[in-house]
Formats: sequence, C-alpha cells, structure tokens
Amino acid sequence: MSFARAAEISAYLKKYTVGIAGCGGLGSNCAVALARAGVGKLVIADYDIVTNHNLNRQYYFHDQIGRLKVHALRENIQRINPDVSVKAFDLKLCTSDIVDLYSKCDVIVEAFDKAEMKYMIIETVLSRIPGKPLVVGVGMAGWGSTNLLHSRYSENLIICGDETSEVSDSLPVLAPRVGIVAHMQANEVLNILLKEFKPVDE
Amino acid sequence: MKINLNNKSESFDKEQLTITELLALKNYTFKMLVVKINGELVRRHEFDKAIVRDGDDVMVLHLVTGG
Repeated sequence: MSFARAAEISAYLKKYTVGIAGCGGLGSNCAVALARAGVGKLVIADYDIVTNHNLNRQYYFHDQIGRLKVHALRENIQRINPDVSVKAFDLKLCTSDIVDLYSKCDVIVEAFDKAEMKYMIIETVLSRIPGKPLVVGVGMAGWGSTNLLHSRYSENLIICGDETSEVSDSLPVLAPRVGIVAHMQANEVLNILLKEFKPVDE
Repeated sequence: MKINLNNKSESFDKEQLTITELLALKNYTFKMLVVKINGELVRRHEFDKAIVRDGDDVMVLHLVTGG
C-alpha cells in the first residue's frame, strides 16, 4: 500500500509553498526532489544562465545551455510533475527581495554558492522574517566522507552539510556530494511540512 | 563560566566574554561566521559588544563557499 501512502503525502503537500534561493547544485536538485514529493508551489530565484560547467552537478540538460536557470528549472520541474506551480524570478537576490519573495513561503531553502550570500540570507531571514524555517547547505565540496555530512538544528535554522569543505581549484563541487546535501535539505523541508501529517487509516 | 557552545558544554576561566574574545579563544579565525546567543542572532558589528555569560547557549556557524 506504499503507493497509496505516497499519494496521500503528495496530496497533503499540495497546500505548501517552499522558497528556494539559488538554482545551482543545491537549488536545482532540491527543487526537483520537492516537486517529486508533491510540494504544491515552489518559488525559485537565480540570475544565472546554464553553462556547460554546470552540467556536472546541476539539474539541467545539455540542450538547455544558454538559457536562464530559472526558466530551464521550471521546465524540468513541470516535465516531472505538472501539478507543481513554479514561480520563477530572474534576479540576483538582495535583502529586500528575500523578504518580498519568501515571507509567505512555509519554508525557505538557502541554495547559494557564495559564503557571503549564505550569510546575507541567514541574517535577513533571522532578523526580518523571524521564526521562518530556513534550511541552509554548508560544506559539500569534494567527494567521499559521506559520514561527515550531517544536519544540525538551531531553532528555526537548519544546517545541512559538513560545515568545512570549501570549494577550491583542487576541491570542486561534484554531483554526488552536493546532491546528497540538496536532498538532505529537501528531507528537512519535508520533515517540517509533514510535522502534523496524519495518515487517514491510522 | 560554563556555556553550551554548538551543543557541547565548554568551560572558561572568565566570568564573561565578548563574542570577539570567545571566537579568539576558540581559534575561530574565519570571516563568515553566523553567531547566536540564546537563539538571538548577533550581527558582526556587535561581536565586540555582545556578552556571553555563564549558562548561555552559543551557536557558531562557519559559512564556506560551495553549492
């Protein structure tokens, strides 16, 4: 009966909105996982275009090179689950954009690349949208060391990753490890959204 | 004083410390740090003024690039 339970969860998740800030390795993979689970609405934002270098880890296809990531990701999500409503914003998020776009979301996923941007969204959400759950990805460069990846909880701030591996010329971000962290973030989002979920037959 | 730092109990010889002093003692030399005292965000420009006292819960998150 697992099909029925999965369908029930998907129906339950339809009323929720998740904001995803950034559509790179973390954001594109996290968004797809949430769309598959059945989250009703995703608010995605990024200013970048798909390049050949992104395809080693980000949820895009070769024939999407040159397109805006937000448009390509919306298309990919809708090919997977047309029931998901995707609001796509082509912009480089600043503090006021984050408040405007994500205040009404049930959960916010931080999926930026740069540490400065991660700082900016954490400070913004904690001070301007207090109480809003924010799931961040910190430390996922390289390969191996799966056991070092963890989730840490600090009130409404949830941290996924190893908190140490920084990207560099010798330590790139690769599909498996960033994919794990993106899915850990999606998993934490579901954990929040399904807190009050009660199956009908129990 | 005894505090809870990143979910671990830590003891210091001082009665109180500023965040800047605490970070120096713990050798946190990174630039991109998110700090909370008892659940309240401490902004970077407040690190010299924000005081940690006995029994406080302190969260330090070091942000690294990649994603």
